[in-house]
Amino acid sequence: MTAPEEKITQMQGYKLHLVETDKYKTNQIVWRMKAPLTKEDVTKRALLPHVLQASSAAHPTTTALRSYLDDLYGATLYVDLAKKGEYHIMSFLLEIANEKFLNDPSPLLKKGFELLAEILTKPNVSKNAFDQETVEKEKRTQKQRIQSIYDDKMRYSNVRLIEEMCKGEPYALQVNGVATEVDQITPQNLYEYYQKAFREDEMDLYVVGDVNEEEVKKLAHDLLHFNARTPKKAETVDVQKRSNVNEVKEEQDIKQGKLNIGYRTNVCYGDADYFTLQVFNGIFGGFSHSKLFISVREKASLAYYAASRLESHKGLMMVMSGIDSKNYDKAVGIIHEQMEAMKKGDFTEQELEQTKAVIQNQILETLDTAKGLIELLYHNVVAHTDVKLETWLTAMQKATKEEIVDVAKKIELDTIYFLTGMEAGK
Amino acid sequence: MERILFDQLQEELYHEKLPNGLNVYILPKKGFNKTYATFTTKYGSVDNTFVPLGKNEYVKVPDGIAHFLEHKLFEKEDGDVFQQFSRQGASANAFTSFTRTAYLFSSTSDVEKNLETLIDFVQDPYFSEKTVEKEKGIIGQEITMYDDNPDWRLYFGLIQNLYQNHPVKIDIAGTIESISHITKDLLYECYHTFYHPSNMLLFIVGPVDPEKIMSQVKENQAKKDYKDMPEIKRQFADEPSHAAKKKQVLQMNVQTSKCLFGIKALHVDQTGEEMLKNELSMNVLLDLLFGRSSKNYDELYNAGLVDETFSFDYTQEQGFGFAMIGGDTNDPDQLAERLLKMLMVAKNGNVFTEEQLNRAKKKKIGAFLRAINSPEYIANQFTRYAFNEMSLFDVVPMLEKLTLTDVQTLAKEVISEERFSVCQVVPKK
Repeated sequence: MTAPEEKITQMQGYKLHLVETDKYKTNQIVWRMKAPLTKEDVTKRALLPHVLQASSAAHPTTTALRSYLDDLYGATLYVDLAKKGEYHIMSFLLEIANEKFLNDPSPLLKKGFELLAEILTKPNVSKNAFDQETVEKEKRTQKQRIQSIYDDKMRYSNVRLIEEMCKGEPYALQVNGVATEVDQITPQNLYEYYQKAFREDEMDLYVVGDVNEEEVKKLAHDLLHFNARTPKKAETVDVQKRSNVNEVKEEQDIKQGKLNIGYRTNVCYGDADYFTLQVFNGIFGGFSHSKLFISVREKASLAYYAASRLESHKGLMMVMSGIDSKNYDKAVGIIHEQMEAMKKGDFTEQELEQTKAVIQNQILETLDTAKGLIELLYHNVVAHTDVKLETWLTAMQKATKEEIVDVAKKIELDTIYFLTGMEAGK
Repeated sequence: MERILFDQLQEELYHEKLPNGLNVYILPKKGFNKTYATFTTKYGSVDNTFVPLGKNEYVKVPDGIAHFLEHKLFEKEDGDVFQQFSRQGASANAFTSFTRTAYLFSSTSDVEKNLETLIDFVQDPYFSEKTVEKEKGIIGQEITMYDDNPDWRLYFGLIQNLYQNHPVKIDIAGTIESISHITKDLLYECYHTFYHPSNMLLFIVGPVDPEKIMSQVKENQAKKDYKDMPEIKRQFADEPSHAAKKKQVLQMNVQTSKCLFGIKALHVDQTGEEMLKNELSMNVLLDLLFGRSSKNYDELYNAGLVDETFSFDYTQEQGFGFAMIGGDTNDPDQLAERLLKMLMVAKNGNVFTEEQLNRAKKKKIGAFLRAINSPEYIANQFTRYAFNEMSLFDVVPMLEKLTLTDVQTLAKEVISEERFSVCQVVPKK
């Protein structure tokens, strides 16, 4: 059981990260672009990848482009958006079959690479503007995408917690952009932003699969080359200390209340006690043996789910649970008690060992998927660190009870958000 | 132990049927950290009318009991099996579908110990009145969670439109009312009827030594005293071939409308090769009609009637089946109307070309390769195929054999207005 090796090469304007492995039937190519999260740019950044993947100069309609992907043995191409700390990240993912498992010997990796490069560098553009019709269609879809968050109450309540908790900070912005700003985007100003992003963003190319290093380097070198740059750093955000816990309740016509609690952990990826925080989270709420699951679900029978998760680059921990609205006080009380127990070191050696074993397992499992592996490696890009994959496996095993209690004491309750049904309190 | 090689895929599969009837499959995956194992019974939410083991009369059990049993099997006299798995560094889970209940773990260490735990906990039930009562609160919250989920309501709403009598129309988790009738005795009755090894399949995939794992399983089973089981008698009410209801509109607290168009399947009595051919033809047909590269999708997207949530899916099991097409939309009625027209065009003319068919086949073959990167997919899908007397590894050969005539014949047959139905979710006024 070893972690795979990541080879990093500085290319023209970006870094190539290569992981050679023969455990998959497909090869994975991921292009990532990162820039500080700002209100000014976020809506354009959320639209841009969707416009780019809709067509290209050589495949000027979506039907033509998608037919070509089908011909490449159903290569998948999709885009993804993320917030990590105060950064916004656009991803383009292409996964393509490895021809050694097919009767057909056509060189799929090369064709996949060419297609991805075409999407990124040869868009469907005329007179310094993207294709008008494509932009309008994708704007419509973007608005729908932002609006649809309301319909998924679990996601909605999580987004609302972040909005309330991080009010005034860039992190409060939604990854899909601001609905009211979509209409201000034109084929011209989006194209301008496209050029700016490729000039200034921090860019990374990940290739995972049974590939040849020299071949990949040559393809990357020939097909993707940009100006050198010094990536912009996000401005440091001053978080105002709260004197009181921020309690927000919102009523909607729903059956199950959604309870979301936000904490500031004051620990980020790259900090010395980051891996201790991971262990803390595992004992507290990360798993089905954790305090939250046992106390809220198994003992009190209040919920089907009760869990916590970390935002590693922003220093947040979020607790979420779906409960009957009438049980709000009870559930919040139980969650507070669990946090107090953690701060007092009120957890057993067995809970600690169990958590370490499960975390170890979780990381190794993550490394089994190309996407999971890339996700872990990308932490280093966001935080400008050089943490080895082995460190993920070893550092957590060393966390002691005292260290966990020290981390626990740094964690501050910030905001309690509750999306409640209409009949509550009646 | 039988060894089956798949040259093109560079995979090998080991199989043995044990004396007590249990089918065990092992697929070694080199280079992976994780071992994933599923222990599945051919028993799901639709099996609600049956003759209990040792009795002569059919009984009908409360809705949601298969799923309830799945929850309760994790609890033992001395605590919770989840705890034991996590002490052994494993992550455990379970799920209940219409036709199966699966228990599973994944782990990167202590695989033998975890496998032992999996088999033993599933084969050693412990139900008490007290823990059954406690579970009603937890599952009650699971049911309410789904009640607020518009996609789930849409999906089940459409199944309820399509099916008049078949228990597939019953929500897998049941209702708060129906689960209130569940008792420990009823759980035991279901357990003893459906959890005999001869009704189950164990699948292990990961960096394992197949010989060692197989002898471990055999040893484990040899220690347990299972009597031969008579064939399980299940009963399903007669179901007409047409849709029960043409349309249903659900008003919910949403901002975006949703529309799902359904076709009730034909040939749901099939198993084996026939079934594999039928379901692959249906999947190819839907892809030709509504895939991202299709003319229809382009037309709907350009008209602003669909967005990226648009998708389609085909489900076929013994006794029921349906195709579903749809997603978020600004105009649910117009979308339904356009989908109907597109389907009728495909029924009435030979609209597909060889070139399109070949492209669709290539796409499906690539998708299969991508899917078998996943141990979860292999174990879960292999089990599903096996319960229907098909093999997961026949998918690509069967796809290669499909002809344009196969797809067009199916289109003419299955596309029929009497089997159509529409379900919509719209914002509450």
